[in-house]
Amino acid sequence: MSIAVLRDYLPLFARSALLTVRLGALGILLAVLVGVLCSAAQYFRLPVLQQLSAVYIELSRNTPLLVQLFFLYYGLPKLGIRTDPAVCGVAGLAFLGGSYMAEAFRSGLEAVDRVQLESALSLGLTNAQAMGSVILPQALSISMPALVANVIFLLKETSVFSAVSLMDLMFTAKDLIGLHYNTVESLTLLVVFYLLILLPISILGSLVERRLRYAGSGT
Amino acid sequence: MPDLGLEVLLKGRNLARLLGGLWVALRISLLSVAISIPAGILLGVVMTWKNPVTQALSRLYLEIIRIMPQLVLLFLVFFGTTRVFGWDLSGELSSVIVFTLWGTAEMGDLVRGALVSIPPHQYESAAALGLTERQTFFCVVLPQTVRRLIPLSINLITRMIKTTSLVLMIGVVEVLKVAQQIIEANRMSSPNAAFGVYLTVFMLYFLACWPISLLARRLEELWR
Amino acid sequence: MTKPLLTVEGLVKRYGEHTVLNGLDLTVREGEVVVIVGPSGCGKSTLLRCINALEPIQSGAVRLEVAPISRESRDLPALRQKVGMVFQSYELFPHLTVLDNVTLAPRKAQKRPRAEAEREALALLERVGLADRARDYPRQLSGGQKQRVAIVRALVMHPQVLLFDEVTAALDPEMVREVLDVLLDLARQGRTMLIVTIEMNFARAVADRVIFLDGGTIVEEAPPEEFFDHPKTPRAQKFLNTFTFDAVKRPHPSSLADPTT
Repeated sequence: MSIAVLRDYLPLFARSALLTVRLGALGILLAVLVGVLCSAAQYFRLPVLQQLSAVYIELSRNTPLLVQLFFLYYGLPKLGIRTDPAVCGVAGLAFLGGSYMAEAFRSGLEAVDRVQLESALSLGLTNAQAMGSVILPQALSISMPALVANVIFLLKETSVFSAVSLMDLMFTAKDLIGLHYNTVESLTLLVVFYLLILLPISILGSLVERRLRYAGSGT
Repeated sequence: MPDLGLEVLLKGRNLARLLGGLWVALRISLLSVAISIPAGILLGVVMTWKNPVTQALSRLYLEIIRIMPQLVLLFLVFFGTTRVFGWDLSGELSSVIVFTLWGTAEMGDLVRGALVSIPPHQYESAAALGLTERQTFFCVVLPQTVRRLIPLSINLITRMIKTTSLVLMIGVVEVLKVAQQIIEANRMSSPNAAFGVYLTVFMLYFLACWPISLLARRLEELWR
Repeated sequence: MTKPLLTVEGLVKRYGEHTVLNGLDLTVREGEVVVIVGPSGCGKSTLLRCINALEPIQSGAVRLEVAPISRESRDLPALRQKVGMVFQSYELFPHLTVLDNVTLAPRKAQKRPRAEAEREALALLERVGLADRARDYPRQLSGGQKQRVAIVRALVMHPQVLLFDEVTAALDPEMVREVLDVLLDLARQGRTMLIVTIEMNFARAVADRVIFLDGGTIVEEAPPEEFFDHPKTPRAQKFLNTFTFDAVKRPHPSSLADPTT
């Protein structure tokens, strides 16, 4: 391994890591939004929306992100919907992640007994107050480990972004391997940068889980 | 009705070629799953041992495999081994190696989770009935573990199938690659083929995974 | 005689084909303590849930004074504030401290200032002997303590009537008493209460009127002494018999078994 090569490559990898994080964060944010909407449609059993979100969740969970991206990036323009790679990447991540986030929220909401809602209502709280002060705080803390796991999963999934010609970490690694055959240096930096992104969140995740395990007994 | 580019699939052997590509992906996943499940069961049992050395090693293996994107692992095995060891692994073999390593880690964690989730009073009440340790394991613990595990391992199959789409990125000719070739070859006659063909690939993956997901969910509800 | 406070008229509740309440009529007067007893599945818990409009009903009406309580009432939250309800499973909010559990509804639903709500909450907690647990979380309390907090949480809203749904059924035997004592204290204060319970001795002590519910209708209604000592209907007699046991001890040769020595 050559230190000089590592030093040369470092800025290239740093730049693509930033792209990975930026697009990843945006996609995850949108995924959370989609997840909230879908789980709300299912929790409140909203007609039509409930069925639509169920269909969406099945489609999203049973297809790979890479195929979703190919369709978004190469397929849709044929219908006149032209999208640039970054938009595709973010949209694809939101499409994939939305269903995972929805499942995390749904299981959190389901874990809160319906009698909790009833007891809040019987105190004279409105539906909105009961959701905001009683149900959501509990559901969110129950969903937290799943949410963090989803964030890690989605950040890892961004590794296919290079397929729609986004210059992310994988793109840079493959590019440099092809150009200069500095395979070892490229792969080393690839691993290091993914660790830099994923390790903190993973540690955070296990902290959240531990805290919840101690707090979560008895009502 | 706009031209959706679906007619390309009816031309010549295009649909058959696409299905052939899907089979390449499925073959890799099924082979990897077939090795991962027994290896994962072994790993899971080892992980419940109280030995600090096996615990540290298995934990390390699990964490390393799980924190890296599978595509990075594919790159490490496919490009890395050529460079460092001078091996010339085919894309397909690299894929099977990576997905087996990953599947074993996932399965191992599922097995460990299922084993430790048996509440201690199950062991105690089995002991109180006069069962031996062997009888307790085979008649009380194992049936409950298996019930918890089967839906989860079936889910692992769908995750494996979806993950297999990545092999495109190390040059294995699978369904997406075949799709690309078909679209490229018919660029003049069917300019919109990309829409129809990629939509078809999307639906093919869905049709491969959805029934398996449904089965897993049904079993989960049945055995809860 | 005091004025009717809570009126149930021709209440019908069905779950699919199964009729739980079959045209039930009931009036609770101000200051009255009415105890509902009956075999499990007779609809006594469902009745309380319907009174608080937690269940959709198929026909009939529930009124607090003159205001109808139904799932369609626009001011349902305001009406529910006047009807306190305590559940079998306590249903404290696990993410809030005892004090926040008690003051959540006064602050959010009644818009009372925090300081005032907390002052009253602490006074009520004091009265049930739990002032020192105000900063604790529900998981740190015993079942009996949780249920006392749940009662305080209902009281702080100044309800006109209190509904108690088998509030001791989930408790360990030694904790039943501390909760029933709170209920007796409330009865002594002249509160209007509708109590579903399986504690027959308690029912006899606290009730002004006992209602025996079976098959979704009121089968018998009487003052407690009359109901427990001389039940009129065969169904009530059969029900009360399930609480008595015939001795099965065989005569024993050893004098140790003889209580007279």
